[in-house]
Amino acid sequence: MADLKALYQEVILDHNKKPRNFGKLSPATHHAEGHNPLCGDHISVSLNLDGEKVDAIAFEGEACAVCKASASMMTVAVKGKTRADAEALTQEFLAMATGKLDMNQPNNIGRLAVFAGVRDLPTRVKCAILPWHTLHAALNSVNEVSTEADADPMHSPLGNA
Amino acid sequence: MNAPTFQATSPLDVERIRADFPILKLQVEHKPLVYLDNAASSQMPQQVIDRLVRYQTTQHANIHRAVHYLSETATYEYEVARRKLQNFINAREDREVIFTSGTTEAINLVMHGYGRKFIKAGDEIILTTLEHHSNIVPWQMLAEETGAKIRVVPINDAGELIIEEYESLFNERTKFVGVVHISNALGTINPVKQMIAFAHARGVPVLVDGAQAVPHLKVDVQDLDCDFYAFSGHKLCGPTGIGILYGKAEHLERMQPFKGGGDMILSVTFEKTTYNTIPFKFEAGTPPIAAAIGLGAAVDYLLSIGMDRIAAHEHALLEYASAQINDMPGVRIIGTAKNKASVISFAIDGVHPHDIGSLLNQEGVAVRTGHHCAQPVMQRFRVPATSRASFAFYNTMAEVDALIAGIHTVQKVFT
Repeated sequence: MADLKALYQEVILDHNKKPRNFGKLSPATHHAEGHNPLCGDHISVSLNLDGEKVDAIAFEGEACAVCKASASMMTVAVKGKTRADAEALTQEFLAMATGKLDMNQPNNIGRLAVFAGVRDLPTRVKCAILPWHTLHAALNSVNEVSTEADADPMHSPLGNA
Repeated sequence: MNAPTFQATSPLDVERIRADFPILKLQVEHKPLVYLDNAASSQMPQQVIDRLVRYQTTQHANIHRAVHYLSETATYEYEVARRKLQNFINAREDREVIFTSGTTEAINLVMHGYGRKFIKAGDEIILTTLEHHSNIVPWQMLAEETGAKIRVVPINDAGELIIEEYESLFNERTKFVGVVHISNALGTINPVKQMIAFAHARGVPVLVDGAQAVPHLKVDVQDLDCDFYAFSGHKLCGPTGIGILYGKAEHLERMQPFKGGGDMILSVTFEKTTYNTIPFKFEAGTPPIAAAIGLGAAVDYLLSIGMDRIAAHEHALLEYASAQINDMPGVRIIGTAKNKASVISFAIDGVHPHDIGSLLNQEGVAVRTGHHCAQPVMQRFRVPATSRASFAFYNTMAEVDALIAGIHTVQKVFT
């Protein structure tokens, strides 16, 4: 198992304590709710698309430090990006969190690499990916998403995670 | 059985008991394992492991079937295990003790066998806020199917059932009561004997979910006078996949079978099937024979230590841990019932339970974090989840200290 202290590093603790873009956009062109029934965590993501560009994004909810920091850093990472780039980053983040991204190859992960450690913590993968699932749902106008859904990497018996 | 023997009143020699549990020697994260998730599942002593091995290596065949040596041996040992469980809960007769896959199946058996036969539209079922989902969902399914109604007993801020409210829920439509003996989420010990007497005075049968109670205190189903009592083997130092439904014979006789199949019949033609007598009517198919025999060995082990002495040691752990946690600023115990089993649900200000669980694991300390399959309890206390330390008789004061040190570490990381 990965050293957890490596997961609970300064940047994650900082985003947990002072989450960026915390709140709700009103009005918002896109919005979705994400649930993790395992722990009762709940994140809501709202955003405004200006054409294809994420003009503004915010999140709120009750969640653990890993989830909250992931959501906070996600909003920072995708703000100003196009919808396509945000979706591509989502796929990269999910691949990283589930150990499927070769970190030695060029990627757009950047500071989000602090979450790479969750790939060795199967019970915590969901915490890190919930905001991204929710973002994906919002961008595709799905109003509710759950980590227990089929999209959940932990859903398959041997957990591709 | 080479279980340790003690005088009934002496304190436990915990180190000697721990030597019986090979898993307690494990290291986690390079630290000695401190296993405080006993309310989820307890660990198994070597005596039970050995019994499983002996069964599997020298006694296994299918039961209640053939006339050959192994089948007779396995059948005999399986029925001996039933008697051991009968004795453990002081049931009147062994046929009142049904092997199930666990508490959940036991409750579902009563829902199907009793509920679907006797509970009709407009009837009312009383449950409590403290129930585990396994004693909520089956009754909701029944209510949806039949049009029966569920009434819920509230709790106070300490996590105790409000008994006056319980009593005021009764009316002429009340047909059934389901109540948890000890809350898995909070540790509250409910006054089930008193609640059963009240229900019986109104002709209402009561099912007690005893999953958390049997490992911690002496349970006497005749003294309680409960109609049904359900519990699991794996919280009792036994294997998973085995549990018990105790039911009064008069009810079991009138109930319809839960599952159809082999061993639960006397005769089968395509025109008519005659069901077997109890308990076999409720044990269709090949049961988990090894697990049943292992559970028999587990109760032998617990009785050799003594349930009173187990309860006393666990209570000492609870008092010691509660006192220390109460002294910690920023840490709050959820569930402060006067009558409590060795379960401590707690919250640390500003730290999510999931983070607490992960960081405690880093210190080798295993606790449960989450809603404990008791979401109504979480809703009552307005928390999404808690961290829960639950102690068994093999836990030590030093392990409580490790928990406390771990909580300090969590607070330090999150300051």
